[in-house]
Amino acid sequence: MPKPILTIKKLTKKYGNNVIFHDIDLVVNEGDTIVVIGPGGTGKSTLLRCVILLTKPDGGEIWLDDLEITAKGADEDRVRQHIGMVFQNFLLFNHLTALENVKLGLTKVKHLPEAAAHEKALAELTRVGLADRADHYPGQLSGGQQQRVGIARALAMDPRVMLFDEPTSALDPELIGEVLEVMRNLSLEGMTMIVVTHEMGFAREVADRIVFMEKGSIVEEGTPDDLFYRPKYERTREFLWKITELYGKKEAKE
Amino acid sequence: MAEWLGLFQRFLKDFILGAGTTLELTAVGLLMGFLLGLGLALAKTFGPKWLRAIATGYIELFRGTPLLVQLFLIYYGLPSLGITLSQTLSAYLALGLNSAAYQAEYLRGAIQAIGNSQMMAGRSIGLSRWQTIQHVILPQALRLALPSWSNEPISLLKTTAIVFLIAVQDLMAKAKRAATITYNPIGSYLAVAVVYLVLVFALDALLKWAERKTKIPGFEINTKRV
Repeated sequence: MPKPILTIKKLTKKYGNNVIFHDIDLVVNEGDTIVVIGPGGTGKSTLLRCVILLTKPDGGEIWLDDLEITAKGADEDRVRQHIGMVFQNFLLFNHLTALENVKLGLTKVKHLPEAAAHEKALAELTRVGLADRADHYPGQLSGGQQQRVGIARALAMDPRVMLFDEPTSALDPELIGEVLEVMRNLSLEGMTMIVVTHEMGFAREVADRIVFMEKGSIVEEGTPDDLFYRPKYERTREFLWKITELYGKKEAKE
Repeated sequence: MAEWLGLFQRFLKDFILGAGTTLELTAVGLLMGFLLGLGLALAKTFGPKWLRAIATGYIELFRGTPLLVQLFLIYYGLPSLGITLSQTLSAYLALGLNSAAYQAEYLRGAIQAIGNSQMMAGRSIGLSRWQTIQHVILPQALRLALPSWSNEPISLLKTTAIVFLIAVQDLMAKAKRAATITYNPIGSYLAVAVVYLVLVFALDALLKWAERKTKIPGFEINTKRV
């Protein structure tokens, strides 16, 4: 029996009268890579932000292991240490070098001594193939490199779960590959991941399960083969093939 | 010309003393204004509603009334409430409180430009709100604010001249003294104008140096809202 790390129950988020999503149920098991797909504005990013407590949900519960993190009085800063997040626009600390970006959480949150933090940060940069860029500032790195630093920064905290919010959407096509490569390796190493993306190649190859969201709810959920070849709903098939075709065409042009 | 140089020479020691006082007033006013202004800017950006309202009210009040009125209220007005401050202390206080309102606005703009998205990034790795402000937002916001904030020290240096009205012996007071003694107002005020100019040039060079010194390669502010 696989062990659930993250359990989302009946999660609902509204802004005023505008319902972003409602009654989302999702169980993420240890080592799972879940890819969330769906048209823009269906609340995928907001869902991730709720999971890492950057946004408060209006209803429902989120459990990390045996702890309800949405409970009143939960130590939010502590919870966030155990969840890593990678942002669409990288959101690196622009005044710090790549190494310092990764190191900040280690010294200020984990209170590691300087030398240990340095070593760990360098190891994380090596993991994403950027040890030789340790002393570069974000402004001196390509988009793909910046995003890999973003991944290393999150990994350094040894999170239980990694969240990826459209990690390649802001990248030039030729830089997408290096980021997906890092994510693929993470998945193979057994990292538990939730990935919001439009990269269907990645979804098919790496995902254990794909979740199709539309208009604020989960339409369908299953293995890549289920969704691509045996979808329960016509809408799922339509969306998947439209996106795949778009993605395929972009690739063919290059 | 020779006569003017003579005047300059005769009062040189006086002018240097006055310039020292002027620089002290500028430094204290700037520092006080910075600390208070930073607090106001943070309150206005991240504070709860009531604190934002207080900060806004403060800024409006001190930017909306003449510094001279504020100075007189502190020096001549406070004693009637039982608080008597020395001339120098009154001058420090008026300059600091006033400068805070202006500095708050310079800093607030920069903090807001960095604000939201970097706050999210900082908190995503487990930093607290205050840690994120301290280690992530301020180091970037202060760099971003520096070029426009540099107006404030320059402007404040010249503004300090009004304190001679409560008999603080600054550069302006020395000019007035020289004018009274020599019956040569043009020469006297021209002389201190030159001293002010030299001080401003020096301060400007210092600020430019600071800007270069704190520059980060490729540092661009990501103002995109996320």
